[in-house]
Amino acid sequence: MLNYIIRRLVMIIPVLLGVSIIAFSLLHMIPGDPARSMLGNKANEAQLEQLREELRLNDPYLVQYGRFVTSTLQGDLGKSVKSNNPVGEELKNRLPATMELSLFAIFIATVVGVLAGVIAAVKQYSWFDNLSMTGALFGVSIPIFWLGLMMIMLFSVTLQWLPPSGRLSTGVELDTITNFYILDSILTLNWTAFKDSVTHLLMPGIALGTIPMAIIARMTRSSMLEVLNQDYIRTANAKGLASYLVVFQHALKNAFLPVLTVIGLQFGFLLGGAVLTETIFSWPGVGRYVLQAILGRDYPVVQSTILVVAVMFVFINLLTDILYKYIDPRIRFD
Amino acid sequence: MSAEMQQANQEMEAEIGKAPPKETSLWKDALSRIVKSKTSLIGLIIITLLIIVAIFAPLIAPYHPVDDGSVIDRYQSPSAKHWLGTDALGRDIFSRIVYGARISIQIGVIAVGISGVVGVLLGGIAGYVGRWVDMVIMRFIDILMAFPSILLAIAMVAVMGRGLTNAMIAVGIVGVPHFARIVRSTVLSVKEKEFVEAAHATGVKNGRILFRHVLPNTMAPLIVQTTLSIGTAILDAAGLSFLGLGAQAPKPEWGAMLNAGRAALQSAPWVITFPGLAILFVVLGFNLLGDGLRDALDPRLKQ
Repeated sequence: MLNYIIRRLVMIIPVLLGVSIIAFSLLHMIPGDPARSMLGNKANEAQLEQLREELRLNDPYLVQYGRFVTSTLQGDLGKSVKSNNPVGEELKNRLPATMELSLFAIFIATVVGVLAGVIAAVKQYSWFDNLSMTGALFGVSIPIFWLGLMMIMLFSVTLQWLPPSGRLSTGVELDTITNFYILDSILTLNWTAFKDSVTHLLMPGIALGTIPMAIIARMTRSSMLEVLNQDYIRTANAKGLASYLVVFQHALKNAFLPVLTVIGLQFGFLLGGAVLTETIFSWPGVGRYVLQAILGRDYPVVQSTILVVAVMFVFINLLTDILYKYIDPRIRFD
Repeated sequence: MSAEMQQANQEMEAEIGKAPPKETSLWKDALSRIVKSKTSLIGLIIITLLIIVAIFAPLIAPYHPVDDGSVIDRYQSPSAKHWLGTDALGRDIFSRIVYGARISIQIGVIAVGISGVVGVLLGGIAGYVGRWVDMVIMRFIDILMAFPSILLAIAMVAVMGRGLTNAMIAVGIVGVPHFARIVRSTVLSVKEKEFVEAAHATGVKNGRILFRHVLPNTMAPLIVQTTLSIGTAILDAAGLSFLGLGAQAPKPEWGAMLNAGRAALQSAPWVITFPGLAILFVVLGFNLLGDGLRDALDPRLKQ
């Protein structure tokens, strides 16, 4: 097992190297002068030169890349050209926001998706099976940005049940410790903030979780169907075991492995999907940050943020792989 | 090599090159399965409808998607005159959605065309040549896959500049890894088959073996992937347009229409409702057909 983990870690080194090259090159692939592109047409030559000096754009590429990698490894992610704020500081506040949203989304997606998939498989071809699988098909086809807008229209504008944007209502105070608002409100026993942050999380979480939910439901169903046909399930049934035990202890345990991989992969993809969801719900996370940076041509922010997200994505996928192999003893490590 | 042997070789190669008789029955079989399956038939109908609407857009749409409309008519609710209402500039939303079908098809064909051609070439070469070539190509694919796809597409548009063409290119590049991986794994198994060995033995050149004998055998999974990818490409490109990075005003692209309609979420909900429904149904159509094709072409499920 340890050998396997070490080998996998070694294998991701070239990937991380490639990722850093792509993130670094973003700035240099812009047609024309990057300094001009960032400061706009109004900037004079002195301002441009100052920015070039600041970002050391006059150095050779290799020197620039070397500095990009070493400073990133030292935890220095550069600073915004527009606001002068260090990117690292911004991410410290925004990463927990995105993580909280993604974790909530994957939690809802897993609970609903697995349950729907199991019932659909056990009651194959029943009305529930048909309904949930049709729902899942719509789920993978729906534009989440449109779903988000529709939810705002229904739950915020018409019914006025849920807040349309942000993480907390104005006026609600919360002492932040981890920047995960739900966790912080529990830690500080602040139930007003707890309720408020949950209501803020519901719509974006469900919108973001829709696609994974649909994929998990379909995967669970097909995986369960395969397992339910096995001999040992027939044996368990024949010896008179209660059917819920057969389904949840015998069948789901084995059917869950491929589902677990899907959950891991989907969790990684949520980091990307968050760009759209965060934009619609004005969620102050990483996705919205990177989009604003792109629209504002704030390239140092774009470079570092994309690098951080990609590295996280790589490690989440690696973790999924390792977990999968760890749980399934049938898979050999070599 | 004697002339006789050469002739024999050529005959053998011609024989190998010919589609095996089973293949035609596979496709016929697949078609009948698709028509028989209710869900994939619905997918097929949606896609046919999309194509018809796109071709006959000027005949179907009652108004011009860009030029017809005046601010006096802005934000009119759906009526007999404007079936799906009007937008901020008084343009007929139904007509814009009808013309938008053309853009969606364009996105699907161009973006997936890029993913397909590049992906098949990379995957085919990696799988067939193997060794260090395979390693270099697949590491490159791994790096592309190390980014959440929509984020990579956004970053590429940021570099290349906003606009529909660049959005299509970005979505196309992001889709390359899926094709490359599928083709590579199929090629890996096909190249061990006897008919490839036979082609080698008869002295057929590598390039010819790859393109004439190996790649045609990857068609079934490729067709499934292409169908599903078109749905994803339309969805991703609409997402980019929604963020203001893809199609720009006044183009009647569905994602861009949604973006423009956000301002009137409360007062004119129809402006965002219908373009979103259009995206949903078209993507659903491709997903239904893709699923149907997978079931129809997967020999494992056939038994």
